[in-house]
Amino acid sequence: MILQQLQEKFPLEIIKTGEGYGNLFAFVKKERSHEFFTYLRDEPALKFEFLIDLFGVDRLKLNESPRFEVVYQLYSLTHNHRLRVHIKVPEEELVISSVVDLWKAADWSERECWEMFGIRFEGHPNLKHLLLFEGFEGHPLRKDYPINKRQKIPIPGEIV
Amino acid sequence: MSMKDLFAGAVITTRVKEVVAWGRKNSLWPMPYATACCGIEFMGTVSSYFDISRFGAELVRFSPRQADLLIVLGTINYKQAPILKRIYEQMCEPKWVISAGACASSGGFYDNYSVIQGIDELIPVDVYVPGCPPRPEAILNGVMKIQEKIVAEARGKVVAA
Repeated sequence: MILQQLQEKFPLEIIKTGEGYGNLFAFVKKERSHEFFTYLRDEPALKFEFLIDLFGVDRLKLNESPRFEVVYQLYSLTHNHRLRVHIKVPEEELVISSVVDLWKAADWSERECWEMFGIRFEGHPNLKHLLLFEGFEGHPLRKDYPINKRQKIPIPGEIV
Repeated sequence: MSMKDLFAGAVITTRVKEVVAWGRKNSLWPMPYATACCGIEFMGTVSSYFDISRFGAELVRFSPRQADLLIVLGTINYKQAPILKRIYEQMCEPKWVISAGACASSGGFYDNYSVIQGIDELIPVDVYVPGCPPRPEAILNGVMKIQEKIVAEARGKVVAA
């Protein structure tokens, strides 16, 4: 029902839809993603006003292309339905539009996603480190981040 | 009353260094830097059952400027490293450091991008206490090792960490 409505509204953007692990999901192209999310939030029949989670995925070891993916878990408090949105992000163009203006909950999640995977969120008001310290080199949740890699220990004054 | 009468039959001879060391070792003021489960064990160590005050170290301070024994209990990550170093720097001399537990001593099983692989990368450590977490007896043993070290240093012996 939801998926059908979305497919009619965004026939070119939606790559595939289905149901997995008890949730509806939709793979969407990233170009008009912001428009897509605005529709999800504001359309009276959908009303996804709650962003439960937002996170990145690195599919390097699975040899998939595009390599990265951002996953959005949405929930509608009005209609009590859920949707999982996957957006593929290629390594060459690691940028996706931010949804902070739609859901405030996206703020820290996008910052974490940016520092852990290096995916830049265009339009984010404060895209700086959240969990890691300033000066951290690399993106530790990428599958090619060396497991033994150690950072330079920050000196007092930089943080304290 | 003359001094001779006052100390009649109760005179001991010693050296100033020894007296100072005796005083220091029996009045250590610890400052716990607790970030994980080792901190809970330290609470047990301080409380009545194990009672660290038997070793004169019951006066736990939460200001580094009032403490001379830093006990690091728990995982220290990169973001905390400068805080720990600044706290150590604020302690007055003479000062000692106990690294209690696997995480503080070696990073423990957190062999990853965010955790310091042993606090000796940051600050000098006098005694390492093994355990994950160490039992209160082990922490007390660490305090006793510090006491031994204080006496040995007063006697001019070099004691390895």
